[in-house]
Amino acid sequence: MHNGARLYVMDPRRTESAQWGDVWMGLHVGSDIALSNTMAREIIHAGVYNKEFVANACSGFEEYKASVESYTLEVGEQLTGVPADVIRECAHTFAKAKKAMICWTLGITEHHDAADNVLALINLGILTGHVGKWGSGLNPLRGQNNVQGGGDMGAIPNKFPGFQDILDPTIRERFEKHWGVKLQPNLGWNLTEMIRAMDRKELTALYVIGENPAQSDADANHVRHCLEGLDHLVVQEICMTKTAEMAHVLLPASASWCESDGTVTNSERRVQRCRKVIDPPEGAKDELWIINEIAKRLGKDLNATDPETVWNEFRTVAPHFAGGMSYARLAEHQGLQWPCPDEHSPGATFLHDRLWKTGVERGMAAPFTVVKHEGPVEKPDVDYPFTLTTGRHLDAYNTGVQTAAYGSPLFRGETLDISPEDAAKIGVIDEDTVRVTSRRGSLLVPVRVDRSLRPGLVFMTLHYPDEAMTNVLTIDASDPKSGTAEFKACAVNVVLATSAVRVYAKT
Amino acid sequence: MTSPHLQLVQLSRPATTPKVMVELSVDGHSVKVPEGSTILNACQQLGIEVPTLCWLETLKPVNVCRVCVVEVEGARVLVPSCSRTVEPGMKVKTRSDRVNLTRRLVLEMLASSVDLSTAPGMAEMLAEYDAKPERFGPDAETVAQPVKVDNDLYIRDYAKCVLCYKCVEACGEDHQNTFAIAVAGRGFHAHISTEFVVELPESACVYCGNCIAVCPTGALMSKREWELRQAGTWNESKQTATDTVCPFCGVGCTLTLHVQDGEIVKATSPLDNDITVGNLCIKGRFGWRHVQNGHASRGPSADPTAPRAPANH
Repeated sequence: MHNGARLYVMDPRRTESAQWGDVWMGLHVGSDIALSNTMAREIIHAGVYNKEFVANACSGFEEYKASVESYTLEVGEQLTGVPADVIRECAHTFAKAKKAMICWTLGITEHHDAADNVLALINLGILTGHVGKWGSGLNPLRGQNNVQGGGDMGAIPNKFPGFQDILDPTIRERFEKHWGVKLQPNLGWNLTEMIRAMDRKELTALYVIGENPAQSDADANHVRHCLEGLDHLVVQEICMTKTAEMAHVLLPASASWCESDGTVTNSERRVQRCRKVIDPPEGAKDELWIINEIAKRLGKDLNATDPETVWNEFRTVAPHFAGGMSYARLAEHQGLQWPCPDEHSPGATFLHDRLWKTGVERGMAAPFTVVKHEGPVEKPDVDYPFTLTTGRHLDAYNTGVQTAAYGSPLFRGETLDISPEDAAKIGVIDEDTVRVTSRRGSLLVPVRVDRSLRPGLVFMTLHYPDEAMTNVLTIDASDPKSGTAEFKACAVNVVLATSAVRVYAKT
Repeated sequence: MTSPHLQLVQLSRPATTPKVMVELSVDGHSVKVPEGSTILNACQQLGIEVPTLCWLETLKPVNVCRVCVVEVEGARVLVPSCSRTVEPGMKVKTRSDRVNLTRRLVLEMLASSVDLSTAPGMAEMLAEYDAKPERFGPDAETVAQPVKVDNDLYIRDYAKCVLCYKCVEACGEDHQNTFAIAVAGRGFHAHISTEFVVELPESACVYCGNCIAVCPTGALMSKREWELRQAGTWNESKQTATDTVCPFCGVGCTLTLHVQDGEIVKATSPLDNDITVGNLCIKGRFGWRHVQNGHASRGPSADPTAPRAPANH
């Protein structure tokens, strides 16, 4: 930004990033598609889209163009709450920029139409040709050090290692031959589907590695009920958690990032080495050892004795992807970005440059996808007049298991953040305790009046579930395409429970 | 066939155009460096050691400490080698009498007024230049003051501050862009201050600790290091430093964990790392305590049936 880049921050809250930005576009929660489509219509009508790129590299333009036609600037303003001229200025700046990128995170993906939100952004990226070249592109920013790596390694229900399709018989056969086992020709369940399967008693045994679903998943009361109904729950964890407390078998594990060796993949597809720095506490075992031992008890010796052996096997089964990423090269280059097919490959700093080529070299065209604005599943009404959106604090991490006790001076615990206008309307001030109720649950929490919020919007985190279990309020409406729950929007009511002033007056 | 428009698109990172090389001489040795290099760069290329305090390869030079000064033939005054760019035919002397005298005086003034006991390499530098800070007498003014311990993550011991501006640069435009600190006051009374001199927890500080990472004297120090030094148990010769990756987000910052007696005592990040350039955030620099802090929640004692202590806030 010091070099002159313009930053537009789209966020319902006026966050610190928004304050840094040249422009804050404080859209209504869940109106992301409306904003993207409005920008697209403006870009098309003004003729500032990349006509050559669209003609050469994209498919479905006419249908897409027709689908955004109704999203005029006026309609966009009405749906998003962002002034029409601001949307227009942003659309033109984005389209005309020599290089531009869109970065997003959970504000886009924690919605019931998560994948459509992402597709709407992809539409904008290909419409303007801001893809497939250095300094441009579409960047989902990952929330943990190995979200990307989990997918890379095949820890997702629809892909083998290296994102190879489970449903492709040729690929399946190759993996069957390599592993010497028959593989199921069908997709697995994602997290949301697993919880539903538990509810139906179709899934009766669960092995949880390093996750705290009892507190981290939407509609927590229901999730807890599902976990309690399991015949067998195994939890492998580095710290005690609420989920671990429910386990029939608890497997204390070493912390993968500093008590054992391996690799992680960051947001920019950079595979990096993690190293063992300290010994785990007594009794905690390396996760690879645990998995090997479980396999042995199940009658199969995996011989996956050390992380490098496992990694090299991955390189063998996904050579197009990571063939050139030996441990030695990863150390030498401080990580490499996939795809990195051979030992001479420098890795890929960006993807999709093929779209700028023609004919066979271009490969499949980038498709526009028609997506429609829906807004949150649960809209505010008379009984639940506020929209609750959830998010994070800088100094805390997820359900707080790792960050509760490092003495952060920024620590402020859970609060219900509310706009000054709404605080005045319902008669609350800082430190009052309020009762927050949704259709699924209810909790007590102190109030924090926050000028970064607009009327109608309240905010909580999920970091302090032992103080206030935010997820008893959230809705498990989830995206059929990605399985992500709508953590970012549910309707709640807020009423004063205990006035801070009165409490102080008594003492 | 590719359309003309598509041919014009620059896809890859623009190649850095080869720079014009500039030839100069340093202490009689001829050296060629790319145009725009500093005299310090040229010295480094030749392996000629030039002391620095306020300079760091990841920060913009601020020219305040004056220990890196060198003599340029034809120049009226000594020049700071960290920021002065090279010119063709320049003749540089790095250890002339004038340079030695100036460095010696700068070091003497610093050492007479500032506690340099935890500044790495300072004792050697003072010896090298035969600096005698005691010559200003026992009444020489100092910046001695009590150490500020106002939070659990890091301490500020301004009795050790040489006003090199590195923390201000790292907190501000060069790295963090938080601007929690600046230099206040004038002359001998210049000092690092938060806005309106508020305590750190009331300031804009986001506790990234990027100021600690660049501090050359130990004036800024993680609380754990300070505690171990107070207890007399800090021992760098017993420490190992191992690179791993921070667990807390998808950026993938390289964390160098410094371990002494099986305990993580400090987290830093390499200056030459593409991702961090030495910087971290509050969670990366300080959030690792859960792996060893109060092992109550870890290992065999983590009995799920045992009553649990509430999380420590």
